[in-house]
Parts: sequence; structure tokens; C-alpha cells
Amino acid sequence: MNLAFRDVRHNLFRFILTCLGLGLLMTVVLAMMGIYNGLVSDALNIVKAPQADIWVVEADTQGPFAEASKVPNDTRDAVARLHGVARAGSITYQTVEAPFKGAALRLYVIGYERGRLGGPQTIVQGRGLQASHFELVADAKTGLIPGDTIVLGRDRFTVVGLVRDTMNSGGDPAVFLTLADAQVLQTQLDPSAARVQAARGAVGSGGATVAAVIAKLDPNVDPQSVANTVRQWKHLSALTQAEQEDILIKSVVDKARKQIGLFLGILLTVSAVVIALIIYTMTMEKLKQIATLKLIGAPDRTIIGLIVQQSLALGAVGLMLGLALIMTVKDSFPRRVLLEPVNALALTGIILVVCVLASGLGVRAALKVDPATALGG
Amino acid sequence: MDRRVIVDIKGVAKHYGCGETRVDALRNLDLQVHAGEVVARLGPSGSGKTTLLNIIGCIIDPSEGQVSLDGELVYDNRWLRGDLRRLRLDKIGFIFQAHNLIPFLNAVDNVALVLQLAGKTTAQAQARAMELLDYLEVGPRARAMPALLSGGEAQRVAIARALANSPRIILADEPTAALDSKRAGIVMGLLRKLAAEQDACIIAVTHDEKIMDRFDRLFHLRDGRLEE
Ligand SMILES: Nc1ncnc2c1ncn2[C@@H]1O[C@H](COP(=O)(O)OP(=O)(O)O)[C@@H](O)[C@H]1O
Ligand SMILES: [Mg+2]
Repeated sequence: MNLAFRDVRHNLFRFILTCLGLGLLMTVVLAMMGIYNGLVSDALNIVKAPQADIWVVEADTQGPFAEASKVPNDTRDAVARLHGVARAGSITYQTVEAPFKGAALRLYVIGYERGRLGGPQTIVQGRGLQASHFELVADAKTGLIPGDTIVLGRDRFTVVGLVRDTMNSGGDPAVFLTLADAQVLQTQLDPSAARVQAARGAVGSGGATVAAVIAKLDPNVDPQSVANTVRQWKHLSALTQAEQEDILIKSVVDKARKQIGLFLGILLTVSAVVIALIIYTMTMEKLKQIATLKLIGAPDRTIIGLIVQQSLALGAVGLMLGLALIMTVKDSFPRRVLLEPVNALALTGIILVVCVLASGLGVRAALKVDPATALGG
Repeated sequence: MDRRVIVDIKGVAKHYGCGETRVDALRNLDLQVHAGEVVARLGPSGSGKTTLLNIIGCIIDPSEGQVSLDGELVYDNRWLRGDLRRLRLDKIGFIFQAHNLIPFLNAVDNVALVLQLAGKTTAQAQARAMELLDYLEVGPRARAMPALLSGGEAQRVAIARALANSPRIILADEPTAALDSKRAGIVMGLLRKLAAEQDACIIAVTHDEKIMDRFDRLFHLRDGRLEE
């Protein structure tokens, strides 16, 4: 007969309650892992979305995701003419707030040139931009649906299509406009900054600037060599896609990532302590019974089995509950909770180690207990 | 008496601690108990009764002396058997003052557990456990959890467990303290019957005046020495 199972069955209500508590703790841990992944993945999505190999940005800047980058409008032509460049496109980024259905909607506006690099990848509903003005494609998280209209700056735009999982590192969902519309919006919303730029004369005579020019290279062309060519140009610099992703992770997402990472670490430690405490207490409560078992002749392996099996059962059921719970609630989070099998696997590994270590503590106490304590009383 | 000696203790002493705080619980103690005998040890609190019981039960080591159980010398200034728990499982049954049943196993499983630990299959263990419970007249309560058993029922289940592996030695610490005099009489009758039928010896520790006449021999422990 299996003593661990019998004991659990005898104290079923308490076991279930303990598992539930542990399950909730696991839910929080998994949510934190998911939020962490979501944050990194969302941040990278915006960089990966244009499917570029090279980012041409303002000299001495880290690109549009780290700081303000302005390059002249005509840079795209120069980049497109470079040897090894297959396609190029100008792109702008800005965050705007727009009233929609009585609330202020924060949007991350991406302006791109239709027919060139930088537009939305997969339209999940509706269509892409067709008119040269006043149409937009929005991320589904904006709550906009095709046919909705929204005022950005001084113009009214019609939503024609939806994409998914496109947002900036702050979680503001993206909308795609034509480059022309986006530039108009820029001057409408931020005239003072534009005036300063114009006065500085740092950019092209037209004054129209874009955040970056992105380029797709021919197959077998080394992005570094193209980037090096661009770096020799005045006022411009270039980042390969890998560098761009790296910068984003390091400079932009890094603090948030460290914050969540540290919190996750604390949470895991707390969980480990709680699990250890539960298992240790569970064993301590049974010391008299364990002494009796020793007295009637039960070998150590029976006693170790009792403790280890129970702690593993506790860990397994708690983890299962946690996984089930997070799967049910993860879509209600305001930001993406991205869980991958490797996370569940990692947590399983951690729980397993914690359970074994904690039952090790219990086992030590159990093996030390003197069978004579069963007689006393 | 010409019957076989089951428990043979020679020159056993036990002291706890050392120096100023040293307590001599037992001093140079000799004791022989034969098969079929039911003996009781009496003595005031702190006179070493439990200590002696624990030494015979191979739970604590004597400080000096020799202990033989069922013809096998098991202690001669050190344990001669590596696996004392196995020795207990095979040769010794314990009946506790508090019944000490495992609370998460029902009556029959409490008895079946020690049978399975000794290597019986589940079916064999269940059958023998039922047989013992029926014999002790608690068969109808076989599926009840210990918490739901009356004091007398629990004590009889505990006795069934002590007897399960047909031990040669049964050690009982205050076996009837929790029972009324009628039940105490029944339990004592049972123990006597078992000793006779299984050729075992029973060593009980008791204060219980009402069962004094049910023992073959009475020992008094005083200052760590035995007096008959
Ligand atoms: N583990 C121990 N450590 C120190 N002294 C002990 C221990 N166990 C018993 N004693 C002492 O040994 C003496 C005999 O104890 P015990 O055998 O329990 O007596 P009884 O069961 O007759 O009351 C007592 O004085 C007691 O204080
Ligand atoms: Mg005592």
C-alpha cells in the first residue's frame, strides 16, 4: 500500500487547499515569466516587423527606438542605389494620443512608404493601405475595427485593416500610416520641435525628415560591409538588424527587463521557501507517526518514500493548477503574456529541485527521529 | 521452569548523560523471561521501566551488558545485528499506552502494513489482518479509521498489529491504562491466550492494580535494580 497516497487521501481537503495556494503562487510566477517574455518579444517585434537587414539612422544615435533619430527624406534614394541593396524604405515613428469613443487612445504611429519596405506584415482582418491619404492599419489591441474612423492631428483617418502584436516597448499599440500622412502629423503635433530642427539646419532643405531608412539586402551580401559604407557618409550611421535588436534589448527594454527579472527572482525564492516550509511542516507533523513506523519495523526507504512522494505530488499538482490558471487568464492581461514550453519546463525543473531539496530537509529530520518517541506519552 | 528462555538480559546497565548530571536508569540488571510467560514490571515513575522496555525492544542501546532475544545474542557491548528494525519487525510486537495506530490507515490496513513490510503480498496481508481482527473481535470495524474507533477497539487493533508477524516477544507499555476494568480484563485474557498459543513471552509495564493477578511474575524496579 502507498502510504503517501493514503495520507493525502486522509487529509484530502488540506492537501487540496495547499495545492491551490501553491498553484496560485505558480500562476504568479508564470505570469511574471510571461510578462517578461511578452515585453522582450513585443519590443523585438517592432524591430523585426519591417524585415530589414540594415537601419540607416542619424549619426551618433542608436536609432529610432533608443532616441530621436532624424535623417533627410532623400536618404532613401542614396541607400537604394548602394551595391547589394535590394529594397529600401523610409520610416517614421512617433507616439500620439487621440480621442476615441470618449477616451484617450495612446498610439504608436509608424509611417512607411506604400510599396516599399516597412509596412505591416500580416493583415489579420481587412486590407493594407491603398489610398495615399487618411487610411490606417491598426494593431488589434487598439480596440479599433475596420470601418472605424479616428482623428489624428487635424485629419480623420479610416481604419482599413488590423495586425497583431505590433506595439512599442511601452506597450502602446501601433497604427500604420502612409509616410506622407505621418510626416504631416509630425509637424502638426510638434511644430516647435520642427522649428528648432529647421533653425539648426541640420537636415535637408525641405525640412522633411524620417526616423530611419531601412534596407533589405540581396542574398549573400554581408550587412556589416554595407553598414560600413553608410557610416562613411556625413550625418548618417548604420546599424545591422542584429545590432538594432541588441540596442533595443540593452538600452530600451533593459531596465524593465531587469526590474521584472529581479522580481521574478524574488518570486521564485519566495516560492521555494514556501514550498520548503510546507513540506518541512508536513513532515514535522508526522514525526510521531514516523517514529511509530520505525518502531514497528518500517525500513528507511518506506519513510523516505512517504515524504518524497508527497512533496513531489504537492509540487506537481501545484504546478499543474498554476499552468491551468495562467492559461485561462493570460489573455486578460493588458500586455502580452507570452509563455513558451521552455518556461513551463524551466519552472518544472525548479519546482522539482526545490521539492527534492525540501523533502531532503524533511527526510533528514525523519531519519533522525528516535523510535522511542513513539513510546513516550 | 523448563521452557525456553526468550528474553535473556545479563548485567545490563544504562545511564544517561555523564559527570554531575549522570542518571543511572538501570544498574547491573539480570532478567530472564520464558516462552509462554506473561510478566509485569512495576515501579515508581522514573525507576527505569521504559528504559528497560526500550532496551529489550532494541530501541536504545544499553551502556553495558548482554541482551539475547529468542536465543540470539543481539547485544554484547555493541549491537551484533546491523538491521535492528528488521529484527523488530520479525521478533517483537509493541503495544503502546496510546494505541499509536497510523491515523491515515484504516484498522485492517494498520495491521496489513506490518505484514506487507515483512514481505507478504497485499492479498495475503489483508487476509491475515482480517483474520486477526476477527479473532480480536473487531472484524466489523476493519474499514474504520483509527479516529473513529473507541479506546478499546483501537487498543485491540493495536494488539492485532503487534501480533501480526507472530513475534516471540510482545512488549506492552501500560497496555490497559486507557481501558475500563472489564476491557482491561479481556485484553489481559487475550494476551495470556496468545502467549500460550504462540509460545511467545509478554513483558508489560503497568501500574494497573486491577490486572496484577493476571501475570505469571511481577518484578519491581527500584533504583535501577529488579526485585521479584
Ligand atoms: N533520554 C534520556 N535522557 C536522560 N535521562 C533519561 C532519558 N530517558 C530517561 N531518563 C532518566 O532515566 C530514569 C528512568 O527513566 P524511565 O525509564 O523513563 O522511567 P519510567 O519509565 O520507570 O518512569 C529517569 O530518571 C529519567 O529521568
Ligand atoms: Mg515510563
